[in-house]
Amino acid sequence: MAKNKLMDASEVVVIGGSAGSIDALMKLFPLLKTPISYTLIIVLHRKNSVDSSLADLFAMKTQIPVAEIEDKDSIQRGAIYVAPADYHLLIENETMFALDASEKVNYSRPSLDVTFESVAEVYGSKAIGILLSGANADGTQGLIAIKKAGGLTIVQDPSTAQTPFMPHHAIQHASIDLILTMNEMAMFLNRLPQP
Amino acid sequence: MIEEEEIDLLLNDLYELYGYDFNNYSRASLKRRIQRICTIDKFPSFAELRYRVKSDAGYLKRFVEELTVNVTEMFRDPTFYQYLRTEVLPTLAVKPFIRIWHAGCSTGEEVYSMAILLQEANLLHKALLYATDLNPTVLEKARRGIFPMSHMKLYSENYIESGGKHDFSSYYIANYGQVKFSEGLGEKMIFSTHNLVSDRSFNEFDLILCRNVLIYFDKDLQEKVLKLFDESLGTLGYLALGSKETLKFSSVNPHYKQLTREKIWRKIN
Ligand SMILES: C[S@@+](CC[C@H](N)C(=O)[O-])C[C@H]1O[C@@H](n2cnc3c(N)ncnc32)[C@H](O)[C@@H]1O
Repeated sequence: MAKNKLMDASEVVVIGGSAGSIDALMKLFPLLKTPISYTLIIVLHRKNSVDSSLADLFAMKTQIPVAEIEDKDSIQRGAIYVAPADYHLLIENETMFALDASEKVNYSRPSLDVTFESVAEVYGSKAIGILLSGANADGTQGLIAIKKAGGLTIVQDPSTAQTPFMPHHAIQHASIDLILTMNEMAMFLNRLPQP
Repeated sequence: MIEEEEIDLLLNDLYELYGYDFNNYSRASLKRRIQRICTIDKFPSFAELRYRVKSDAGYLKRFVEELTVNVTEMFRDPTFYQYLRTEVLPTLAVKPFIRIWHAGCSTGEEVYSMAILLQEANLLHKALLYATDLNPTVLEKARRGIFPMSHMKLYSENYIESGGKHDFSSYYIANYGQVKFSEGLGEKMIFSTHNLVSDRSFNEFDLILCRNVLIYFDKDLQEKVLKLFDESLGTLGYLALGSKETLKFSSVNPHYKQLTREKIWRKIN
């Protein structure tokens, strides 16, 4: 019941991932009904050299517009935004991104914790945080922040993740609302209110 | 958790007492920095941080240093430097004199990278590199040209990726875990404090680099600073920004042409 209310109010879905998460997303995107009513933000650990091709790669799998974020870009519902390599992604306010090139956090830039915490602060209970496959502990603190701010927390079912450490770590240390396979995750997102 | 109003108070103190104006900095980033300072300097509450900043001018120096982000590296984004090397420097080579401004140069890694490019293009002798920053401490480091040995592997890889053909280690002397870059590279550098918020244009340049500084400013301050650069740039001069920064929101945009995927624009009128 409470969960359904939360879903109705959801404005932003932020997905974080590391090793093994690109494949998971490539599976997810074609299953998403278009258009979407929320903002979808993707933050992945990756090598600098892969660069903007990640947004291009995702764009081949969905009709939803996909863009790599530049400094102070506006945040619009109905779009997918990909965090650029080598910057932390912050939410300046409900309508604007900001980038930050400060020290790595959890050996990572972008750090999932940094973006999740920023999303939690700005969107509070209107946020859904999702953590995918990966080999480190980044993201757990961020999910704790989203939960604390009244948002919803989800992780990829570790038994279906290429690298289960990250979702598993979150399950152990944070309060997780849903543990889903990528198929179930698509079904869940498709049940969010349509525009 | 620090409240928005508390940040307002702190910024107001900084301005009233010391003349530093951070009011138009991006709030999301400032908030993280202030939280970080509270943690690493172990302030039990925001009030104690504020008291220290207000009452201890010596601490202020450290505070401003930590509030701003000074992270930098040599040949950061190697393809950017490759473009400077192959496309920009050759067009500047015809000039009798080359003036370059590094605004927000931090500890100088970017300036030394540029000096190496100029030397390899045989242009350093007729160039001047003005390197400015808000923060006197980073400028002092930049002036010394001494960097940690542990970073040289990455810098050397970046250098090669930018098209560098020499042995990178021939540019410095290693000693006790640190390296000192050769004096010759530093001879054409002029270091000075300059606050982009409050200080004016001080020369006309052929190339201005301001990389990963504007991301910390809000759009109004970005616009003001871009106008300052526009005033400080000669016709057909170049403006170079960080890899995720853009002119697209600015009123000066129509006077500039982006020539490449790299964040380098040329002033066309
Ligand atoms: C992240 S560093 C960028 C260093 C280098 N340009 C690079 O891209 O690697 C940002 C620098 O901008 C400086 N800065 C911040 N606000 C400034 C201002 N108002 N005026 C001049 N410099 C400023 C900081 O002190 C810091 O050294």
